[in-house]
Amino acid sequence: MQFFFEVLIGGLLAGVMYSLVALGFVLIYKASGVFNFAQGAMVFFAALTTVGFISMGAPFWLAVALALLAMAALAFFTERLVLRPLVNQPQITLFMATIGLAFFIEGIAQLTWGAQVHALDLGIADEPIEWLMGNTGMNISKFDLVASGIAAALVAVLAVFFNKTRTGRALRAVADDHQAALAVGISLHRIWVIVWMVAGFVALVTGLLWGARNGVQFALTFLALKALPVLILGGFESIAGAIVGGLIVGASEKLAEVYIGPHVGGGIESWFPYALALAFLLIRPEGLFGERRIDRV
Amino acid sequence: MLRNFRLSALLGAAAFAVAGTAYSQNEQFIPMNGYWVGPYAAGGSGIFGGFIDYLNMVNARDGGINGVKLTYEKCETEYNNARGVECYERTKKRGPTGASLVHPLSTGITYSLIDKGTTDHVPIVSIGYGRTDASDGRVFPWVFPLITNYWSQNTAKIKFIGMKEGGMDKLKGKKIVNIYHDSAYGKETIPVLDAQAKKYGFEVTHIPVAHPGNEQQAQWLQIRQIKPDWVILRGWGVMNPTALKAAAKIGYPRNHIVGVWWSGAEEDVIPAGDAAKGYIAAAFNVSGNNYPVIKEIEKFVYAKGKGEMEDKSRVGSIYYNRGVVFGIISTEAIRTAQEHYGKGKPMTGDEIRWGLEHLSIDDRKLKQLGATGFMQALKVSCMDHEGGGSVKFLQWDGAKWNTITDWIASDQSIVRPMIEESAAKYAKEKGITPRDCSKEG
Repeated sequence: MQFFFEVLIGGLLAGVMYSLVALGFVLIYKASGVFNFAQGAMVFFAALTTVGFISMGAPFWLAVALALLAMAALAFFTERLVLRPLVNQPQITLFMATIGLAFFIEGIAQLTWGAQVHALDLGIADEPIEWLMGNTGMNISKFDLVASGIAAALVAVLAVFFNKTRTGRALRAVADDHQAALAVGISLHRIWVIVWMVAGFVALVTGLLWGARNGVQFALTFLALKALPVLILGGFESIAGAIVGGLIVGASEKLAEVYIGPHVGGGIESWFPYALALAFLLIRPEGLFGERRIDRV
Repeated sequence: MLRNFRLSALLGAAAFAVAGTAYSQNEQFIPMNGYWVGPYAAGGSGIFGGFIDYLNMVNARDGGINGVKLTYEKCETEYNNARGVECYERTKKRGPTGASLVHPLSTGITYSLIDKGTTDHVPIVSIGYGRTDASDGRVFPWVFPLITNYWSQNTAKIKFIGMKEGGMDKLKGKKIVNIYHDSAYGKETIPVLDAQAKKYGFEVTHIPVAHPGNEQQAQWLQIRQIKPDWVILRGWGVMNPTALKAAAKIGYPRNHIVGVWWSGAEEDVIPAGDAAKGYIAAAFNVSGNNYPVIKEIEKFVYAKGKGEMEDKSRVGSIYYNRGVVFGIISTEAIRTAQEHYGKGKPMTGDEIRWGLEHLSIDDRKLKQLGATGFMQALKVSCMDHEGGGSVKFLQWDGAKWNTITDWIASDQSIVRPMIEESAAKYAKEKGITPRDCSKEG
């Protein structure tokens, strides 16, 4: 039983890491209805820019600040050069544009900083908590716990931002109804820049945590694949859904790999969350926390 | 910033960069179908960097091979099979005699090119990767999985573990976990490990990791349950540092993890930080720039302000040196062909295939090349397209790879029958009549 809980808790903590990736998708989808295929590339770009500045001799926090500036610039140019010319185009057009954007960001990241793999040390040991190990025999990583704390703090900050600030309320207004928001004087272009900046900030936090865990390398772009089942489960429009979806995906994939995997040849954690998400789609297509859409016909 | 500026050529529609498009009649063309962008760019850029630098060094120092200048052209495959085939098609007829040989640097692309190379008479050279049973040159005359293949390496690995345990007889009852990338590459060694487990009496458990391998908690918790004496790591890319970090998390000793050579570069351990200290990996080339061959490259290429590596600290790294090995093998095959068919003229694919099949690099030749201890001696034949089969083991100390063994020979009593059996099966499926090597010149 102890092993079961160890796998379960480890899975939940891994799920929080997936939620971080999913959050970036949710933010942009909420504000613009665009599924941002480039989120994984943004995670890679943000982390690589940080380690790039560090390797040039910048102190860590300065490098983070410069990376944040780079993400802000990316948001600005994305709105100006990609989104603005496509206003009023079908959603699929915007989605296709983000696919192009993903390849562009991946290319520009490697063009600027090179293709080398980098280590990133955040000063948080990725090793078991000795007290827990000694008293319960359970192997829970300090790093995973800190990452969960950071994710929780990020969600809290985003919740305050969306609910208590004027800009946050404007974002929600745009999310609810573009035309109504425009009618009351909210600038759609400004809102899009802000939301892409916030998604860039989330990408930076995600990139730093995942980069510290596995190294800053191109594989960070693959994280987007982990976010998709999280979004299907949690709903594309809900921050809480991203968290809950992440927890479900993390826990279920680990339990499946350990308890089902050996009977079917193993290596199932890449597709198991998708199978789960597909099954869930049949029951609740809008996800756990997604808004149920009712159309008059 | 913008230090890797050459990659700009790869961003847009121009997917390849050309190094000299106008060919003279006295040039030997070698395609550089590799990857400088994408998930495996660290490996591709290092290996092809060493390869190109070696060719440029031979041109600068010796004026080419007996006066025949070596030319090349880069083509970006992104480690993608379709692009690999496209690059092959694009470059196979370049140069006065077409492509001399092709290094696909991908097991998948190698598989895709076996039939094409055979039809077009372009030798497919896969050093340390590719189709293992292609070592049987009777069935695969155009494919050269040179130096050492995955099965040979695995037998050397078990020999190494046996040495560490105090003898092969001590392996009886031991537990070994094989954690592998869940792909054709990762699965390649399962049969040979099973055969060795049967022979030596150890218990082997195979645990797959789904691509790309950036989450391995479940696998390493299983490993903690199994409590193995040794773990064999058969990873690729991000799977490697993630495995080492996950091992540290469960407290598994890193000096009991033995990786394949695609898990044993600086790029595989540096991201893992202290978690990688003590980790052991197999190698068919060593790291370091204190070898005459590397000094020659520094003298004739980098000292003149040239060189492929933007980051010069990568010269002498595992991947870079592997590229130098690719260069040595390729140029020596061309030299061997010239010695047979006539010096001072470019060789055709058929002639270079002969050169590869008669390639012999002994200790004297290695010394002459400035590569003693850098790579192993090898002798290729019609029967044996591997030619070497030995492996060294390296250990990461947190800052660099240290060589901890001499060349350990593979166990051909296990490997060769498996190769012949598999190649015969392939020949039957494809309707190939194996060559009679006694009749080959």
